[in-house]
Amino acid sequence: MTQTHPDYQLSQLDQLEAESIHIFREVAAEFEKPVLMFSGGKDSIVMMRLAEKAFFPAKIPFPVLQVDTGLDFDEVLATRDNWVNRLGVRLIVASVDDAIKNGVVVDDGKTSRNRLQIGTLLNAIEEEGFTAAFGGGRRDEEKARAKERVYSHRDEFGQWDPKNQRPELWSLYNGRLHEGEHMRIFPISNWTELDVWHYIDREGIEIPSIYFAHERQVIKRDGMWLSLSDAVQPREGETVETKMVRFRTVGDKSQTGCVESEARTTAEIIDEIAIARVTERGATRGDDRFSEAAMEDRKKEGYF
Amino acid sequence: MSPEISPVAEKHEGRAPMDLLRFATAGSVDDGKSTLIGRLLLDSKSIFEDQLEAVESTSQSKGYDYTDLALLTDGLRSEREQGITIDVAYRYFATPTRKFIIADTPGHIQYTRNMVTGASTADLGLVLVDARHGLTEQSRRHAVLLSLLRVPHLVLAINKMDLVDWDEAVYEKIHNEFTAFATKLNIPDLEVIPISALQGDNVVTRSENTPWYHGPTLMHHLEHVHVASDRDLQDVRFPVQYVVRPKSDAYHDYRGYAGQVAGGVLKPGDEVIVLPSGMTSTIEGIDLFDQEISEAFPPMSVTVRLADDVDVSRGDMIARVNNAPKPSQDIDAMICWMTNEPLRPRQKLAIKHTTRTGRAMVKDIQYRLDVNSLHRDQDTRELGLNEIGRVQLRTTVPLLCDPYAKNRTTGSFILIDEATGVTVGAGMINSGA
Repeated sequence: MTQTHPDYQLSQLDQLEAESIHIFREVAAEFEKPVLMFSGGKDSIVMMRLAEKAFFPAKIPFPVLQVDTGLDFDEVLATRDNWVNRLGVRLIVASVDDAIKNGVVVDDGKTSRNRLQIGTLLNAIEEEGFTAAFGGGRRDEEKARAKERVYSHRDEFGQWDPKNQRPELWSLYNGRLHEGEHMRIFPISNWTELDVWHYIDREGIEIPSIYFAHERQVIKRDGMWLSLSDAVQPREGETVETKMVRFRTVGDKSQTGCVESEARTTAEIIDEIAIARVTERGATRGDDRFSEAAMEDRKKEGYF
Repeated sequence: MSPEISPVAEKHEGRAPMDLLRFATAGSVDDGKSTLIGRLLLDSKSIFEDQLEAVESTSQSKGYDYTDLALLTDGLRSEREQGITIDVAYRYFATPTRKFIIADTPGHIQYTRNMVTGASTADLGLVLVDARHGLTEQSRRHAVLLSLLRVPHLVLAINKMDLVDWDEAVYEKIHNEFTAFATKLNIPDLEVIPISALQGDNVVTRSENTPWYHGPTLMHHLEHVHVASDRDLQDVRFPVQYVVRPKSDAYHDYRGYAGQVAGGVLKPGDEVIVLPSGMTSTIEGIDLFDQEISEAFPPMSVTVRLADDVDVSRGDMIARVNNAPKPSQDIDAMICWMTNEPLRPRQKLAIKHTTRTGRAMVKDIQYRLDVNSLHRDQDTRELGLNEIGRVQLRTTVPLLCDPYAKNRTTGSFILIDEATGVTVGAGMINSGA
């Protein structure tokens, strides 16, 4: 019989995978109604892959929830559908437009779609009675996330209290909840952006095509390249240019910028990131740039 | 299931498998801990331009004439406002050989609770001392906690050596003093490194100021310290997490026990015992996603199939017939208490050990350990916040446990307040009876 590891050593990627699978299984075993928050972005796709592996050959034992901002990239929705169909999981779509229509959130014309997602998401969690929601947050993304737990407790208003977090020791997660509370679960807390890319490369899994370099009509705004779309039209003084670009994160069209890139494969993206000098959020997420504490504020309110 | 046994390692095409090291740092800003972490992140190119720029502008607005690398690690605004760090923060950096996860624990508030949390998953503990002040009560406390949590490797970094003119005698004195103290502790591996975090000496690059020092730089040591033998590969311990039953046409009769290997090496054909029932069977196969693998070892997450139709559920443990933990309801453990309301005899709590959950009652508090002097206070009647003591518990369900010194996974548990749901205690088992 073949010996798998003559030295009984797991690569760091295998160790991260093992840890994440452990988390998925704990949640499935201990929570009544878990749900996986799926944005169609690379982090949530890695989560889908890990969930697939955790329960194979059984199906993933919980549904997938997507918040539809109404401004999602078509390529992202297509990838979402492919994943959901292949794995045979139930997809729940919570629409920001519906939430506005039903008065769940208020669109004052100034608030970004990303921010309106918070109310939409919390409402969906409450309506369906989900007790645990998996998110693709990573601690390397931003300073406020560095102190986030794997099991992140949310009160009945869906809020995070950074000063009152439960200590998290060994791999013993505490999933106790009171009525109306829920837990955010971050199974890829310990992954970095580069780990995610190495994993996508190794697993050969489908991600939205906008992550790879392609020609696109773009507009320079606030130092970012935004994609020309129904949501983003040139303002006075702005010109539309055609550039070879790719997206480092996927959010809504009005907020998510792209970077100039020639990287057409995951391997080329890995090379590009290895020498990148700006964090993915700093580069391409307008919503995180307003203040240093932007993320912390949104997290307290119940952001992913 | 594919009948072929395929090696897991083959999936890594072309890429050198990178190793993982988790380490915990402890100390206050005064020791230069945040500066050291900032230095490690900066010199390993894990800091991005926008992060560095943000820190530079904050440094300027505070009127500093240097870039305060410590600002890189001050996460939450509420902390920045107070100028203190209130919680364990996790940082990441990588070199071509290893990825590192730092559990950065603050020095002041909630000290013990945070340190214990950070150390619980660490392979290595990094203790910083200021060369001008030598060993302090705080550095001794760091070492005691790391030893109690059985962190197998310890680095004593003697920082600010530039402020003592790189004097070898200062290094030797602190080194000797620490070695003498460490004999009372469980520290299997110790490295003492003279550094200047601010200037970078012996952090990543070897310093010309320490010709008398022949050991490794801090980064070299972190990259090369041997952690593979820290795991227990002898004693098979497989806590069952989840039962996989697809009930689909293709896998109609499939029944697998999913879990993360906590000890030993499992192989198909092994005779095993299921605890606490004591039923025996044979491992029919081990699955990792859609592949059958020939062996599983810590910390792999796998699914084990047994040859016989025995009753196995979450909370059970698979072990070897001649090497299994004894199910025990009387637990003798060191407990670190983490909440304001003290732990008292007769108190009832929820307990989570491996994948098993039950209730526990405090039978007796034997002593409180003074983590500064190692004195055992036998007269204590309770354990307060951030105190550590030896406690006897009686549990409603038998725990399938090992001494923590033998296995950090099957030897640890947490205590949960049943009313608030909060984690209030961390336990390290001495023995079960």
